[in-house]
Formats: sequence, structure tokens, C-alpha cells
Amino acid sequence: MRPSTDIASARAGPTPGRFAHIGDRAWGWGLTILGGTILVVAGLILLELGRVAAPAFDHIRIFRFLTSSDWDPVQEKFGALPFIYGTLVTSIVAILVALPVSVGLALFLSEMGPRRLRPPVAYAIEVLAAIPSVIFGLWGLFVMVPWLREFLQPALQRTLGFLPFFRGPMIGLGYLAAGLILALMILPTIASVTIEVLKTVPPALKEGALALGATRWEAIRIAVLPYARPGILGATLLGLGRALGETMAVTMVIGNSPEISASLFAPGYSLPAVIANEFAEATGDVHIGALASLGLVLFGITLVLNAVAQVLIMTVARGPRGAKA
Amino acid sequence: MNPLRWRRFVNVFWTVASGTGVLVALIPLASLLWLVVSHGAKGLSASFFVSLPTPVGEPGGGVGNAIVGTFFMVGLASLMALPVGVGAGVYLAEKGDGPAGRAIRFTAEVLAGVPSIVIGIVAYGLIVTQMRRFSALAGGVALALIMVPSLARSTEEFIRLVPTALREASLALGVPGWKTSLRVIIPTALGGIVTAVLLAVARAAGETAPLLFTALNNQYWNLDPTQPTASLTVQIYNYAISPYEDWHSKAWTAALVLLLLVGLLNLMARLLSRNRMAGAR
Repeated sequence: MRPSTDIASARAGPTPGRFAHIGDRAWGWGLTILGGTILVVAGLILLELGRVAAPAFDHIRIFRFLTSSDWDPVQEKFGALPFIYGTLVTSIVAILVALPVSVGLALFLSEMGPRRLRPPVAYAIEVLAAIPSVIFGLWGLFVMVPWLREFLQPALQRTLGFLPFFRGPMIGLGYLAAGLILALMILPTIASVTIEVLKTVPPALKEGALALGATRWEAIRIAVLPYARPGILGATLLGLGRALGETMAVTMVIGNSPEISASLFAPGYSLPAVIANEFAEATGDVHIGALASLGLVLFGITLVLNAVAQVLIMTVARGPRGAKA
Repeated sequence: MNPLRWRRFVNVFWTVASGTGVLVALIPLASLLWLVVSHGAKGLSASFFVSLPTPVGEPGGGVGNAIVGTFFMVGLASLMALPVGVGAGVYLAEKGDGPAGRAIRFTAEVLAGVPSIVIGIVAYGLIVTQMRRFSALAGGVALALIMVPSLARSTEEFIRLVPTALREASLALGVPGWKTSLRVIIPTALGGIVTAVLLAVARAAGETAPLLFTALNNQYWNLDPTQPTASLTVQIYNYAISPYEDWHSKAWTAALVLLLLVGLLNLMARLLSRNRMAGAR
């Protein structure tokens, strides 16, 4: 791709050539050290997380930790199930809402929308991505939660109240509020990655479909979406990773009650929220260790999700697989 | 129904559906921006920027110390993160095509997705447990750890935008590789690198979670890195979850200040990348 620096320096004449060679080596090593710090940072994160969590390892058994719902730091009882459950439920709600919206958004911006509307909409999505999460939380707490309580939750109960998800008292705060605010926050992530993925689809595929008489939507369905599918899945996993780890907005609207309820109207708790609420005022090393263990669980989940997402996005960028439709 | 007409109808249906997606995303955004501006503007005054917070019910008071604290900690974080993050980005762009480069790129990408609250625990372990005290330094380290991976990736992207012909021309004139990187490639990409830095700084300024138990909070002015420090984001959080009307309105005003700060940084980044990269392409 680019000419070898060795050839270039060898041709540069005797004295400057040798000098350049030393300079090149020093530059190469310097850069490699700087690049290597990324690996050092990764190691440091894992090490410190383990070290802070260590005092709790004698007090908790992994199985009980992950399956018990009894969280009482004073009695040194640590059951993380309500937090894991809350994290999963809110993230699933977020993905269910955000995925169709952001794929629609991405298709609008890259294929279907009127060209003149695309730049302002793209800019608005950038703005949405740049808003700090504590401001989402503020808006969620004072605007979205009352709106849920007065309008959306009564409407859902009236129409879909036969499902267990939409029963119980409507207080606004809870899984549904957290899930919806998360949906709003991960929307730009999924949409922008999906747009990037759609850009890598060879235009010939779509043009071929159009030339055979397909409508615009049919061309997208037949030629574009099958090619982009692993990438859209990757985008979704990236969004999911962000939703699982999002702290402030969720803490402010989920209700912070360590219970497990089937109803989305009920208040709950999430992994990041309990860390945020209890860490600064933890009762001792064991409590801190248990909270850091929750952090380890979170770290592990997001690590795997992000790794899989990267691999999926790379497969689309690399070339034709799943383009057979 | 005529099959062609049906297919056209389906086409229109999905076009409208994608447009609905746009509306669903934009209505909350518009509501959020409008309410932050309208609620926030009520409490905005010169003294809000320079006063200390007051107890509930007492008139006046502001978030001066929190604004200073945010600048202070973001500054500390930038001192630590910029050389490493930008340097790693240059490495990825210049030498990152081998297996080592791919591994580092993958690591940076995965680290960028680690939740910021987890990074807060790491900074707590690194600094707070050693100093036995919450401090601005711990907050700065947390923010720096958040900045490095994303900074490395965005710096790489901007350096890779520099046309290969420019490098080839420099090498063909006998300029050694390292000098080509330092004097030709990096200066050409400088606008992009500054953009990457501004975006990373904007992101750090908006972080709350990693500061909750590293920098904690402080009711007074503080520029000592070993002391707990207030920040705009933590102040907004504390005001918002308090039960007092008075503090709620202060939360909105502080949110407006934060939004203006982050918005300004993003706007600068956008203008810079447009002007400089337009020339480079």
C-alpha cells in the first residue's frame, strides 16, 4: 500500500541515509511504545477491578451471587439477581424500541428519504449522540416520567393490560421509563453504525435489483438488507453494550428498588445504578468488593458483546457474505 | 388489487415507516433541547457562573465551583490522555497494519465500549484506595482512562484520510520516513487530530458516573488535586434527585450551562474538521 521506508532511506544517499535509518528505528519504537500503552491500559483496568473486588471473594459464592435476590450489605448478604434482571429487562426494552426506529432512520438517511432532508436529520442525530447522559436523566425524570404516568401507561394498560408486563400501579418510574430513555440514548449508536454498514453495500447489487424492475423498497429488501444484516446485528450489539452499562439516566428513572417484577411499570434496579448509589457510601471493604464484583460482571458482559460486534461489523466491511439473496 | 399497484403501495408504506422512525427520534430530542433551554434560561444570571451553591431556600447561589471543577478535572485528564491517546492513534495509522497493530486496534475498540462506571471503580482502586481520600486527581484519572481508547481510534481515522500520494511524494524526495510522518503527515492531519481531541474533551466534560466515587463533590472552591472536587455533572445529578423545587430549577440551569459547554466544543470540532479536511482531501 505504501512504499517501504527502508527502500526510501537506502536511496537517500550515504550519510543522511544511515542517519535516517536510526531516526526511523527510533520513531518506530517510540510509536510502538505509545500504541502498546493501550494494552497496558486494558491490563490495568482488569487488574484494578480484580483487586478492588478481591475482599468480597471470600464472602460470596458465584452461584449464590448470581441467583440470589437478597441484597443486604450490612448482613453481608450479596445477591445480585435483581440488578442483573433489571439491567437485562431495561436493555431488552431499549433494543426492541431502538432497533426498528434506528434502522428506519438509517434507511431514511441513506436510501429512502428526500435528499434535501438528509443533512439536517444527520446533524440532529449527531446532537442526540453528544448530549451528556445526566441531562437525559434530568429530562427523563421531569418530563418523560410524568408523561408515562399520565398518558402512555394508562393507554398501554387499557389496550394490552391482559399481558403481565403492563399491570400494576402506574407511577412512571420503573423498568419502562429506564428502557425508553435507554432507547433514545442508544439510537444514535445503532443508526450511525448501520449507516456506515449500508455504505459498504456494493451499489451494483441495488442497481441490479432496480434494473430488474424492483421498487425501491424491494431493492432494499432483496439486495441491501441481506448483505448488511451481520453489520446491523453488530450495530445492535454495540447499542446493547451501551445500554447495559449506561448509569446516570437509568439511575434517575428506574426507581432504585431491588425487587424483581414481571410488570414493566414496577420500579427496579440495575447493575450500574446500584454501583453508582452505594459505592461512595459503602459500609466496608467487603461491600465495596461486592459492588466491584458487579462491575466485573458488567465488564465481562460488555467485553464479549463489543468483541462480537466488532467481528460482525468487520465481516460486512470485508466483503460478500450473506449477499447470496 | 393490481400486483404492481400493491407493490408500489408497499414501497410507499415502508418509506413512510422510515420517516416515522425519524420523527420518533426527533420529537424527544426537540422536547429535551427546548425544555433545557426554556427551564434553564430562567435561572441564568452572571452570579450563577461565579457563586458557590447555597442551601435550599436561600436565594442566589450558583455553580461556579462546579464549573471550575469540571474544567480542572478535564484539564488534568487531558494532560494524561492526550499524549497517550494521540500517540497510540499515530501508531495505529502509521505502523498498525501488522498483527500487533490489529490487536491494539481491536483492544481500543473494545475498551471504548467499557461502561464508564466500571472505569470509575478502576480509578477508585488506582488512586482513592492509595490516597485514602476522594480527589480531583482520581476524577481526572477516570476521565483520562475514558478518553484514551476513543481518542486513539478517531486520531487514526483522521490520519488515514491524508492522501498516500503526499507520503509518496515526500519519500520520493528523499525525506526519511520518520520525518515524513512528523513534518508532512501529522501537520496535514492536524485539523482532524484537534477535532478528535475536542470531541474527547466534550465527552469527558459530560461524564458523571465515574466521578461519583472518585472526585465525589465539594461545596467550596478547590484547585488542589488531592481534595474532593465539585463538577457540573455531579452537581446536576444531586440537584435533580433532591426533593426541592428550588434545586430542581438549579439543575435545569446547570444543565443548560453544561449543554452550552459541550455544544460549543462539538461545534468547534465540526467547523475545524470541515475546513481543514476539505483542503486535505
